[in-house]
Amino acid sequence: MKLVMAVIKPFKLDEVREALTSLGIDGLTATEVKGYGRQKGHTEIYRGAEYAVSFLPKVKIEVVINSDMAERAVEAIRQAAGTGQIGDGKIFVIDVANAMRIRTGETDADAL
Amino acid sequence: MNSGKRALLAGLGAAVPLGLLASPALAEVGSESAYIFNTLSFLMCGFLVMFMAAGFAMLESGMVRSKNVATICVKNIALYAIAGLMFWLIGYDLMYGIDEGGYIGSFSLFWSADDSAALAEAADFSGGYSASSDWFFQMVFVATAASIVSGTVAERVKLWPFLIFVAVLTAIIYPIQGSWEWGAGWLDAQYGFSDFAGSTLVHSTGGWAALMGALIIGARKGKYTADGKVNPMPGSSMPLATLGVFILWLGWFGFNGGSQLALGSAADAIAISNIFVNTNVAAAAGVVAAMIASQLMFKKVDLTMALNGAIGGLVSITAEPLAPSIGAAVLIGAVGGVLVVVAVPLLDKLKIDDVVGAIPAHLVCGIWGTLAVPITNSDASFGGQIVGIIAIGLFVSITSAIVWMILKVTVGVRASEEDEELGLDRAELGMEAYPEFGRGSQFG
Repeated sequence: MKLVMAVIKPFKLDEVREALTSLGIDGLTATEVKGYGRQKGHTEIYRGAEYAVSFLPKVKIEVVINSDMAERAVEAIRQAAGTGQIGDGKIFVIDVANAMRIRTGETDADAL
Repeated sequence: MNSGKRALLAGLGAAVPLGLLASPALAEVGSESAYIFNTLSFLMCGFLVMFMAAGFAMLESGMVRSKNVATICVKNIALYAIAGLMFWLIGYDLMYGIDEGGYIGSFSLFWSADDSAALAEAADFSGGYSASSDWFFQMVFVATAASIVSGTVAERVKLWPFLIFVAVLTAIIYPIQGSWEWGAGWLDAQYGFSDFAGSTLVHSTGGWAALMGALIIGARKGKYTADGKVNPMPGSSMPLATLGVFILWLGWFGFNGGSQLALGSAADAIAISNIFVNTNVAAAAGVVAAMIASQLMFKKVDLTMALNGAIGGLVSITAEPLAPSIGAAVLIGAVGGVLVVVAVPLLDKLKIDDVVGAIPAHLVCGIWGTLAVPITNSDASFGGQIVGIIAIGLFVSITSAIVWMILKVTVGVRASEEDEELGLDRAELGMEAYPEFGRGSQFG
């Protein structure tokens, strides 16, 4: 199993969710996060004085899927979340040791 | 026509004021009818001005950070309440119980209404209006002056010391300087000082008191860096600040319109109507001028500057909302809007931390509006206006500074660094304005 974790532009969340759903991926966790990468922050102005906003709002999504799905999921996220502009985000794939559905006690692939 | 706010009551004798106000060409209005309409004007305009307290509360709530919103709401409702009690306790008689040309009014306590003449068997309506309607109308003005202070010193002044300052301001400082002009005291009698609805008496008075507070309390922690840079602290809610300014704008029709002090004749009705129009165009010009100035100076339209521009325009026209033509009112308001945008960064350069921009909008524009009176009103002189601005400025600044300093060395006027960091809502009230909201775009 793999954990696919992606940090994306917030307005792309719906497109990413639809792309993953069309691959048959049924679960997704989304978190509002802040951070910066190459895009850095930007400046805003308030009452005549400029200030830097270093941390930009992003959405982090997390899905755990069977390992053989990982490549397609990553590609689907990239397609859906990409704008070609700086600040589109990043995707990480991490090995997952175990999984369990709390209600039934099913484990690993059955739990996804 | 309106040399003193109590011109009507001061010249009580034998229907003189009403006779003066009504144009000879117009049909005579019965004295009881005039009495009723005058009273109605005071009451209706008074409750419009009362609601300005809500405008200030919302403007200030929007302009402070969310960790201080509940505290600024407490300060606003408390200062309105204290101002009203103090004006009953001592303020009204101190302001209006003054001899013509005098320097200080009567220190009698517990004002009460005397309407015996109007209620007598042979009813005499030459008083012009019911006593309580006048008391109520004047009371909401003192509350406005106090509202101005809370915005400037927000986010670091301690609650109770602030309220003690408000009590002294509304009981003593405001009434004494007000008596000099609206009580027909020395400024009115000797210098022909003219301030129709209070650019100086209300707005600059609040502004001077606020300036002294800002100087003595100091800037919010972290507002200015050691190398002189400004570290902006964006307000928690721009929609609330905007709502507040709209409420203030609405209330200002009562503030300026009601200061005609009469609605008992067609001439007065026309005057109030013209005042409404001038008040509105001055505010409108203040907004547009502030937007253009902020676009030119900062390459962006700053909403808070547009909001301050509305108030700057309103304060500017308040000293003389009747005499100017509509075009002149537009210009007076527009200058106010530009002054605000210039004064805000200037105060920051001086490291004077004014959270809501009350000093630019109320003090700077109050001075401008008062100076502009002789341009359109030939009864006023530049010399007399300058004497009034300086006399009231000195009196309010010195007395305010003394009160702030006494508070500083006795009970302490500033919240501790930890409390300021935590936010006064949790430190002083043990509550939050928005317990279910996130922190927004501002970390830390």
